[in-house]
Amino acid sequence: MTIPKYQKIVFYLLLTVSALLIFAPALIAFSMSFMSNKDIMTGHIIPTSITFDNYVKVFERFPLVDFLLNSLIVSIVIMLGQLVLCSLAAYAFVFLEFKGRDVLFFVFIATMMVPFEASIIPNFQTIRDMGWINTYTGLTLPFFAMAFGTFLLRQSFKQIPKELKEASEIAGIGDFKFFLTIVLPVARTSLLTLGVYGFLTSWNMYLWPLLTTTDDTTRTVQIGLRQLQSQEQLNEWGVIMAGAIIVVLPTLILLFLGQKKLQQGLAEGALK
Amino acid sequence: MSEVLAHKEQNYMKEFVKVKRIERMKSFAKGMLFLSPSIILFTVFLFYPMFKTMYLSFFLTNSSGATTVFVGLDNYKAIFTSPLFVQSLKVTFLFVLYTVPGTIIVSLFLAILANEKLRGVGIFRTIFSSTMGISVAAASVFWMFLFHPTVGWLNQILDVFGIEAIGWLTDPEWALFSVSISTIWMNIGFTFLILLGGLQSIDSYLYESADIDGASYVYKLFRITIPMLSPTLFFVITVSFINAFQTFGQIDMLTRGGPQNETNVIVYSIYQEAFMNYQHGAASAQAIVLFVIILILTLIQFKLGERKVHYQ
Repeated sequence: MTIPKYQKIVFYLLLTVSALLIFAPALIAFSMSFMSNKDIMTGHIIPTSITFDNYVKVFERFPLVDFLLNSLIVSIVIMLGQLVLCSLAAYAFVFLEFKGRDVLFFVFIATMMVPFEASIIPNFQTIRDMGWINTYTGLTLPFFAMAFGTFLLRQSFKQIPKELKEASEIAGIGDFKFFLTIVLPVARTSLLTLGVYGFLTSWNMYLWPLLTTTDDTTRTVQIGLRQLQSQEQLNEWGVIMAGAIIVVLPTLILLFLGQKKLQQGLAEGALK
Repeated sequence: MSEVLAHKEQNYMKEFVKVKRIERMKSFAKGMLFLSPSIILFTVFLFYPMFKTMYLSFFLTNSSGATTVFVGLDNYKAIFTSPLFVQSLKVTFLFVLYTVPGTIIVSLFLAILANEKLRGVGIFRTIFSSTMGISVAAASVFWMFLFHPTVGWLNQILDVFGIEAIGWLTDPEWALFSVSISTIWMNIGFTFLILLGGLQSIDSYLYESADIDGASYVYKLFRITIPMLSPTLFFVITVSFINAFQTFGQIDMLTRGGPQNETNVIVYSIYQEAFMNYQHGAASAQAIVLFVIILILTLIQFKLGERKVHYQ
């Protein structure tokens, strides 16, 4: 099947214009982060001279390295917690048969109807009363259990033939060993997808770290950016943009690397 | 002889039932072993807070959030007669009305474009999905500049055409619209990615047979693409609705609910009430309203979706 030439040109034209429009806000910010204040104030699009001053300044004035490290720790811990809990739960729903399984499955579906924002007040009280304000535990623990992730992995575990499980039972391989040595390696693509998704969403988390961090010890980079934006003088746009670019760089790279996997995985987990 | 056999048989049966019961207990214990971490965390951080929120909504609280006086439905009466909360509800509905159709239409357009088998289309796919990797905080910073009254790009472009500058974030008439535009931009990445996945899973033989019949591009779009995409479309619409009702970050970064509470969406209102005014009781009543709205919406969507959606 070939597309007529004029149609091809139309498609490329539309694609290019859309891409420019979509990418413009990020591109402008990127370009501004290398501009001097004078360039920005006089409304230049492309810097007249490239300067790294903004990046130097943002690291000097701000504990950005600490914030980045905090975000990295929080995101990795949440990601691992989700992978462990979701894969265990998905295994139970696919390979184990026991009374009450269907009820519990329904309970998992029901959790998707409770918005986190609606239950944030008691959650804040819990974390505060446990003395977990400004701790990694308080920042991460509430997000380990996740229905969406469980469904996504369940979908992929279901592809594993039941005969394999029967055979391993006959061979005397226990459930936990079967889970570790057969199920997890076979489902590694889905685990990777869920991992990337978990990392992305945790890195970008906003409301919860805003509530549960009150000083710089565990503050994440998103809240750091909020601080930067509200503290800096408004004419220091270059510094603010440099901060924002550093914040989005890790997730953008991750997204570019894992886009294809993420797209397939999310579509699979979302439907059915 | 036969009596002995019958006796033996009976013993076997007893043993069998016993073994089976133990087996059942064992498998239940094993199931719970695998599920308990999730169930415990769901209980502590999801189900318990849900009931606690309901409980709190019937009380007045002190500054640390502990209950003091039982007031029944007074918190609910208070919020529904408060012009501030009614305004917040109105703003939230308008925000949803602006962002959900906007996000879906733009993302669908991009997904259909990027689904064409053209050379180099991968680059465009990456660009379109890129906003998914940009956090609310960073995206808000980007847009804050674009909306800036003097140096911001939007007003500079208007200036080129001789149009008067707009107070994108400071004019009560424009603020919600501006926040909606930036929100649509933030949501495009995720929605696009899901829709593209849906498009790619459509069987190509449907298009081939349409081509043999000489069907036009528009015909294929409305007779094959859209109907076959409906389950995916249904999913992204539901998710977009729920996301829109939970919006917080961009409001906090861009407008702090202002000007004149024109962008004070419900989650921001809950946040202010609970964590700035320390009224956990009243804030809980608002949270329950949010919960009910989302619950009703999901149920309506499921009911309507069932009929309209084309499932394979």
